[in-house]
Amino acid sequence: MNAPLPNWVDLGLIPMLNLAAAFLVAGLVVLAVGESPIEAVQVILYGAFGFGEGIGFTLFYTTSFIFTGLAVAVAFHAGLFNIGGEGQAYIGGLGVGLMVLAFDHHLPWWLIAPIAALGGALFGALWALIPAYLQATRGSHIVITTIMFNFIAASLMVWLLVNVVKVPGTMSVESRTFLPEGRLPKLGGLMEFFGLDIGGAPLNASFLLALVACVAVWLLIWRTRLGYEIRVFGANPSAARYAGINPVRITIVTMLISGGLAGLMALNPVMGEQHRMFLDIGGGAGFVGIAVALMGRAHPVGVALAALLFGVLYQGGAELAFEMPAITRDMVVVIQGLVVLFAGALEFMFRPTVARLFALRAREKPA
Amino acid sequence: MSLDAIILLLDSALRLSTPLLFACLAGLYAERSGVFDIGLEGKLLASAFAAAAAAAMSGSAWVGLMSGMAASIVLALIHAFACITWRGSQIVSGVAVNFLAAGLTALLGQAWFRQGGRTPTLASSERFREIRLPGADLVADVPLLGPLYSQLLSGHSLLVYIALLTAPVTWWVLWHTRFGLRLRAVGENPAAVDTAGINVTWMRYQAMIVCGALCGIGGTYLSISQSAGFVTDMSAGKGFIALAALIFAKWRPMQALGACLLFGFLDAAAIRLQGVHLPLIGETPVQLIQAAPYILTVVLLAGFIGKATPPKAGGVAYVKER
Repeated sequence: MNAPLPNWVDLGLIPMLNLAAAFLVAGLVVLAVGESPIEAVQVILYGAFGFGEGIGFTLFYTTSFIFTGLAVAVAFHAGLFNIGGEGQAYIGGLGVGLMVLAFDHHLPWWLIAPIAALGGALFGALWALIPAYLQATRGSHIVITTIMFNFIAASLMVWLLVNVVKVPGTMSVESRTFLPEGRLPKLGGLMEFFGLDIGGAPLNASFLLALVACVAVWLLIWRTRLGYEIRVFGANPSAARYAGINPVRITIVTMLISGGLAGLMALNPVMGEQHRMFLDIGGGAGFVGIAVALMGRAHPVGVALAALLFGVLYQGGAELAFEMPAITRDMVVVIQGLVVLFAGALEFMFRPTVARLFALRAREKPA
Repeated sequence: MSLDAIILLLDSALRLSTPLLFACLAGLYAERSGVFDIGLEGKLLASAFAAAAAAAMSGSAWVGLMSGMAASIVLALIHAFACITWRGSQIVSGVAVNFLAAGLTALLGQAWFRQGGRTPTLASSERFREIRLPGADLVADVPLLGPLYSQLLSGHSLLVYIALLTAPVTWWVLWHTRFGLRLRAVGENPAAVDTAGINVTWMRYQAMIVCGALCGIGGTYLSISQSAGFVTDMSAGKGFIALAALIFAKWRPMQALGACLLFGFLDAAAIRLQGVHLPLIGETPVQLIQAAPYILTVVLLAGFIGKATPPKAGGVAYVKER
């Protein structure tokens, strides 16, 4: 079962087989509700790429998923499973929102944006700190504590939005709308450069920050001492300890980075789209990040591509729900589940078969 | 607070505890056998949908129950297939189960019934209705004990009583039968159990089937007993509260009963105290009460209220030979 296989098989063919299986089953689900999978794919692709506004929305969703995907991926490298991206993004939204509300009367957007980004990252990181600390020093399972912290974040944010942030005398549970200085510029101009009109799509400058974050995470994981320590700790905690790597420090630092990345995600919806603080800022992106990180095999390039795929599914899925009455946007959640199942939990399922085929071929053609 | 109000509060606590208790005991079987299951939420949701859909189509609550259990067992077997047979990560697999259930219930609900993800409203003959326990009317006038029996204990659906019985039955099965001994043993030291000639894989599969069946009853209770139909995301985090209760109970059945009753009580209190001004505290911090199960569990996990030690082999796939 563990016979060595060429790299391109382990890193290319088998992940592709896993994905193919996920989409095959997704196709069967579409068939089961009485629609054509081929047509569904066409509608999704058209919705996501067929017109400028569609592309704008696709990249808007992609932005959020890159951040949450990177958050989960960084934690993976240290052998930690951060299921709390949703809560960290939510609290990150509090950080972003408070910063903008504090400064949008006084500063221009290009000064507010970095402050808000820092606020989001800091709040997200702090929300990951307690689970990290408990895992590192008291052995509480980080999966359980981060799940619990998602719910605690939701309750806390409802309370804050209703009792502290809400504009008195209004019904809707949200903060006041930010002044124009508190909004991230849209990327309409940049996209026009490529001959695209994104129309009303909320694609904004945080997309560029997401791309920078991909490069930064790559540099961190593969080009720094800290990244090396993270990977050693993830591969073998006892060897890491023996090599003088402090497990408490690595666990906490990794989770702070992970939570910070999740917190940054809030820039996109809060400062880039809605221009206010609102209920459910994460909007499920924290959970999509799990699928994205698994599919992208925790590599920033893979994460960016997987985030794009989920961006396509989210935007195309909206179009699909419009075109095919039997299908709702929940189809995307089904695909998410199938990707996590086949690319994550069942990642070893095809390997023995592939290995056997390779062994057969090797016997027929002695090298 | 009058006696009536207290009884009313406890009564709704008991109702709200029931799905928690099923899911919590389901998780107990899985985790005692060494399989972590964060997919309880998904199984509750899937069975709630399957039960309501089947009851609406067949007109029978019992068909609903069977379908609910079947849906939940299928998801449990997917989890088992991924992390027992293929040794995939139990956490990842649980996440997948939750996504699948959330997506499929909403998608199929809309495709089949076209009511925005709802199932048709069930008639009372298609649901598990309240049962009056024998003698409830006779003793109703006895002071204190009378109302306790006739209003609090009596007048629940069959599934509530099954839930309350499942806790001691689980205790008996796990600590007084051969099956239970073996189940706990594969969760602590599968290699030793394997050496004794017992099939570790099959033991864990059996545990997962029991887990699926119990979650299935819990989900069925949600949609065709507590309510008269399925609505999107109706489990609303109950599976995770059950998981919290399981840890809070330190993986023990009778303590699980206590934890679920406590968390159900908190839920009932949060609903009832909405907008009520309490002396000293001011307006009830409803969100704080709602978050209490999660906060309590984190505090417990941090080791501040005794120590919660999970089954030793939990979360690790068993590899027979190296």
